Amino acid sequence: MRFKKNIATSDTGFIFNPGSGDSFSSNSIGSEILAFFKEDKSRNEIIELICAKYDVEKNQLEKDLDDFFSQLRDHNLLDE
Amino acid sequence: MEKLRYERPIIKKLNVGFVNKFGTQAKNEVVTNLEGVGVKELIKEFGSPLFVISEKQIRRNYQHASRVFKTRYPKVQFAWSYKTNYLNAVCKVFHQEGSWAEVVSGFEYEKALANGVPGSKIIFNGPDKTDDQLVTAARNNSLIHIDHFDELYSLIKLSEEFQLKPKVAIRVNMDTGIYPRWDRFGFNYENGQAWTAISRIMSCEHLNLVGLHCHIGTFMMESSAYAIAATKLCQLSWDISEKFGRHIQYLDLGGGFPSTNTLKGSYLPGTDTVPGIDQFADAITDVILGFGFRQEELPLLILETGRALIDDAGYLLGTVLANKRLSDGRSSTVMDFGVNSLFTSFWYDHKVTPAQEGGQYTEETVLYGPLCMNIDVIRENVVLPLLKKGDHLVVHKVGAYNMTQWMQFITLRPNIVLLDQSSHPHLIRKAETLEYLESVEIVPHHLSKNS
Repeated sequence: MRFKKNIATSDTGFIFNPGSGDSFSSNSIGSEILAFFKEDKSRNEIIELICAKYDVEKNQLEKDLDDFFSQLRDHNLLDE
Repeated sequence: MEKLRYERPIIKKLNVGFVNKFGTQAKNEVVTNLEGVGVKELIKEFGSPLFVISEKQIRRNYQHASRVFKTRYPKVQFAWSYKTNYLNAVCKVFHQEGSWAEVVSGFEYEKALANGVPGSKIIFNGPDKTDDQLVTAARNNSLIHIDHFDELYSLIKLSEEFQLKPKVAIRVNMDTGIYPRWDRFGFNYENGQAWTAISRIMSCEHLNLVGLHCHIGTFMMESSAYAIAATKLCQLSWDISEKFGRHIQYLDLGGGFPSTNTLKGSYLPGTDTVPGIDQFADAITDVILGFGFRQEELPLLILETGRALIDDAGYLLGTVLANKRLSDGRSSTVMDFGVNSLFTSFWYDHKVTPAQEGGQYTEETVLYGPLCMNIDVIRENVVLPLLKKGDHLVVHKVGAYNMTQWMQFITLRPNIVLLDQSSHPHLIRKAETLEYLESVEIVPHHLSKNS
């Protein structure tokens, strides 16, 4: 599972898919995760980095991360 | 290093299209406290979910409505509609303010008496009054509003048998231009049924016709319908005076004034569309004052307003149980209260606000209750900040009908507290327990042994 290579992202949370013409916005944590994702960081690495920075339990983050990936999949932003 | 506040990651598709001409909300409204009392603290002390009623708001609503009518008409009396909310504490606030009681069942009648309302200040409405209840009401000098001919003839028979002379009114149904027409209660004006009932009462020496009553509908958005209703009641009163020489003491225009809740399917919120109580007052009092009654014969105007006086005094506090992503990608949140407690969510898009500060980011969410039942939906679509398990929400304007129409179904009904005028919370109805529920159950002997 990888973020599609041609997807453009900005630091402010704007996301553009040139393949479909669709635009998206994400909140700041979402943008950070996308940036990590683009850097090919693993799921565990992302969890570690976010948990170190934000006040969140690992279990909660794991659940939310699964939900975030499912949103990316629904929006056709992933290469399976 | 202190960690930053967490918010779950989300992504939203940006849709290009027509911009909503009303714009979008600039900021999410957060309600962390009710009249100075923290939502978190209330939930900590009384549990979740929790109904909260503001005594201050009830009194404010009553005094406002009373002032609006009394500055327009010299003889006005409100009668608290028990079915709207018959918690004793709530009823007593209204009675302290000067309300009579308007009841529609035997048990409500007994509640009103127990709340200290004199029998002569209880209006007994509704289609279901037993012979015993009619006799009791007659002996207590209550105002019996007759709903149908069977009741009329029962009352005639009972009055003769027990040598009573009850004070009665008839409920009149009529065409006020409103759909649906509420013609199942009372006697019809247009087809002459009401006049037939009046004539029968006037021919009976045991019945004392003192009033005329109507209740044209519920959540009425059109004040002109009340003008039509008032005209028709005035006409009947006038005709009674002409034909029988009897002065009708009061006209009861019933209830039906809306609250500022938003009905499902409305384009604009209730706060923007619902007529103010002054518009209803103008419609009714202009007709009665202009009808031609002599000043000393102006009838007492009775109002059975319920919803408009209590809805915005009630709140439901609840807690997020879970967030779920639906199969079509929509976000949903499961709350610890459902349609069993919040019955009015079947017809209102209730205003829902978070009870804690959150981020600026919001998402459209389906708000579900905790019931194992597909129809347990509080809001089909509401924009809320990103909630997490354990967060609290406040549902607004829930004071009318929920605490009487709620169901004990799957979960137990929660505590209700009243915030007094100094914002001090009082428990006024305890949360139900299994023991309470089972106190009315009886297991036959042959099933009593556990296998």
